Amino acid sequence: MSPPVSFLGVDWGLIASSQPAFFGGLGVCLILLVITLPCGFLLSLPLAVARASSNRVASRAVWLFTYVIRGTPLLVQIFVIYYGLAQFEWIRESAAWVLLKNAWFCAWFAFTLNTTAYTTEIFAGAIKATPSGEIEAARSVGMSSAQVYSRILLPGALRRALPQYGNEVVGMMHATALASTVTLVDLTRVARDVYANHLLPVEAFGTVAVFYFVLTFSLVGVFRLLERRFLRHLQPRS
Amino acid sequence: MLHGYLPAILGGLAMTLQIAAASLLVACVLGMLGALAKLSKSRVARVVADAYTTLIRGVPDLVLMLLTFYGGQAIVNWVVQKMGGSYVDIDPFIAGTLTVGFIFGAYLTETFRGAILAVPRGQIEAGYAYGMSFTRTLWRITLPQMIRHALPGFVNNWLVMIKATALVSIIGLDDMVHRAGLATAATREPFTFYAAIALIYLTITSVSLFLLWRVELRFSRGVRRVAA
Repeated sequence: MSPPVSFLGVDWGLIASSQPAFFGGLGVCLILLVITLPCGFLLSLPLAVARASSNRVASRAVWLFTYVIRGTPLLVQIFVIYYGLAQFEWIRESAAWVLLKNAWFCAWFAFTLNTTAYTTEIFAGAIKATPSGEIEAARSVGMSSAQVYSRILLPGALRRALPQYGNEVVGMMHATALASTVTLVDLTRVARDVYANHLLPVEAFGTVAVFYFVLTFSLVGVFRLLERRFLRHLQPRS
Repeated sequence: MLHGYLPAILGGLAMTLQIAAASLLVACVLGMLGALAKLSKSRVARVVADAYTTLIRGVPDLVLMLLTFYGGQAIVNWVVQKMGGSYVDIDPFIAGTLTVGFIFGAYLTETFRGAILAVPRGQIEAGYAYGMSFTRTLWRITLPQMIRHALPGFVNNWLVMIKATALVSIIGLDDMVHRAGLATAATREPFTFYAAIALIYLTITSVSLFLLWRVELRFSRGVRRVAA
């Protein structure tokens, strides 16, 4: 233990000595993001196409999925998956149990379901906002449906969705804090442990708030750059 | 039903709804103050309001909750002890409500700010020209007209907020999620109870969407719709 360094009533020595633990938590938070976001992105592309399509059955089915996920708290979803599934003996005896009893897998599964649902709605909205003239022009030069999607609809829609998708990524990063409720030692869990050991709330939760704050505005900065690159045509000419 | 735990779960639902309603009230007041501060001529007010919304958007709800719940308790006690008082235990309901309200006040600040800007400037100037005071203009001219513009953002924030109240179980409030946890511990049927409360949350969401759709119709009376 380092000697207490107190200034303004805050124990800075404690903050300094718990940095390794906080950086470990930061790693867990980033790993969760890296394994969740690409999966959600890839899954939501076909789902968004189905959601925006004129096929009512496909559109309704995807809507039901996003409605249920978006209408219930993520915390409850995590509890249903991590604690809930163990209730059934046939699940406990199935081959999938190796995965389903693992907190990492359950957190990944719940977070992926969640970000997929929100991202699907964002992308579907962007696809629906495509000007009909663009599609007519594509058709008139003889593009097939697949070509219209890959060359006109998706590139345009993904560009339009970029600002909202940036918000979703920040939201997902904040949501990883809930991994602390299923035994994963992420940033929030580290802070809760530091608080439990020392009963110094400002030191524990203030520090972790700074970590999240820096992460948030780093992500916001990355998306600013992406917007400057991909939405260049919308910017005022200098 | 639910092995006799239904009344307990419904009691938790009552707690969840009370927290949500009380937090919404706090959030609306803070949101309105924040929006007025952001639009005010005072530089200090603008800086304070900007700092408030930036801070809240940068940190997860759960961490803010832990920080204000435990940190707030520590600060209050520090102040009380400096003044020679004895240890006070802050009521978790009040702490939870203030925290959730504080968080969503920041989100509503942005919603209300946009809605106020959507009210034609001339309407507010006309209010002043009639000799109405600032508060009277706000009450009679700005508020009734901004509601229509604020509703979509307000609905969204309410839906996010009702889901965020699930987190108060982590700071020890006896809400629906907490009750489901207790029932689970007694019956060893976690899926039954967590799925049941998920369904209740989904019902709250659905009812909210329906009600707010009705309110939207009410406040859009007198607005001509462009034929699609």
